[in-house]
Amino acid sequence: MHELSLAEGVLQIVEDAAREQKFLRVRTVVLEIGRLSSVESEAMRFCFDAVACGTLAEGATLEVIEAPGEGLCFSCGKTVPLAALYDPCPACGGYPVQATGGTGMRVRELEVE
Amino acid sequence: MCTTCGCAVGETRIGGEDVREHSRSGMRYAAVKAVHVHPHADGGAHAHAPGMSQSRMVQIERDILSKNDGYAAQNRARFEEQGVFALNLVSSPGSGKTTLLCRTIEALKGRLSIAVVEGDQQTSNDAERIRATGVPALQINTGKGCHLDAHMVGHALQQLAPADDSLLFIENVGNLVCPAAFDLGEAHKVAILSVTEGEDKPLKYPDMFRAASVLLINKTDLLPYVSFKLDLAVEYARRINPALQVLCVSATTGEGVAEWLAWLEAGCAARQAQKRATVASLKRRVAELEARLSGNAQA
Repeated sequence: MHELSLAEGVLQIVEDAAREQKFLRVRTVVLEIGRLSSVESEAMRFCFDAVACGTLAEGATLEVIEAPGEGLCFSCGKTVPLAALYDPCPACGGYPVQATGGTGMRVRELEVE
Repeated sequence: MCTTCGCAVGETRIGGEDVREHSRSGMRYAAVKAVHVHPHADGGAHAHAPGMSQSRMVQIERDILSKNDGYAAQNRARFEEQGVFALNLVSSPGSGKTTLLCRTIEALKGRLSIAVVEGDQQTSNDAERIRATGVPALQINTGKGCHLDAHMVGHALQQLAPADDSLLFIENVGNLVCPAAFDLGEAHKVAILSVTEGEDKPLKYPDMFRAASVLLINKTDLLPYVSFKLDLAVEYARRINPALQVLCVSATTGEGVAEWLAWLEAGCAARQAQKRATVASLKRRVAELEARLSGNAQA
């Protein structure tokens, strides 16, 4: 359940932003989570609700935008869409495909008041 | 524990001691509440009524792991300054990490200064096993936590104080999932897979095999007795991570261990050379500046 640590990380980013940008409540947190990152969106939602209790983000909606996975195929040399780290190249069926996009996770924006 | 990046608030113990100074639970939100800024300070019409409020969007664009990565960068800078070659050992429980570590230490302790950070949910059994080899070891107990983070390791380094030019092993909590996401500042993640596990583990737990730069396949002495397909395991691992370096070892018989030791010594030598080059270039720079200063003084 490393999503709990990650949810704590999200909350800290929100709190830092509240200090810098002077807001008092957060209504929506927009996350971008890569398809190939090591985080499960549903677990993240569950954990975020738990850690946000009693904070300026209590009750906030967590919106998750999924960033598509992308990889470089070592067989055909093309940059291709990739749904999972272990998938073959959708263009030529070869291996390996090195993940090049959709591996990150970040807080994009907040709706605040 | 400091709640910065851990998942076991208040339960982390380093060397048997609670991490109290960062135990911010209870006060962590006070700082935010204390910042009282009138929401209409911009001079706009004072138009809010109970139940109605104005919202706005704030762009953030920050990586969720940025706090952990900041601590990891501090650890990495410390390792580079000191010439410490740090490795983060990750695997399932029972892959033979500690046994391999003990054998490695016995072989290298005469030639290298070695220190170990041990991560487990509970007990200091592993740190005791390591200390029995004669090298310093510090146990981090993560309590309910499932991985080490860079902040815990930073605290452990303060206590353990690894020597300059040393080899530091950080044995992570036995878990093939969570430790993948958390950079500790190490030079490499070393994944250990034993032949008593399935050869498809790299496909089942791809994040870890992608994060690692070296894969040790351990317990090779048991290959005749198990159905583990070595070639397939390597092929699967390289599907996930084409650049993965693979070494096959048996911590029990010592088979393949020489190659592992050679890899470790080469890594330490490279790290020490890098430190000497940095120190030499800094010394040259200082000498240049001193020469310029004395030149100015004479003029």
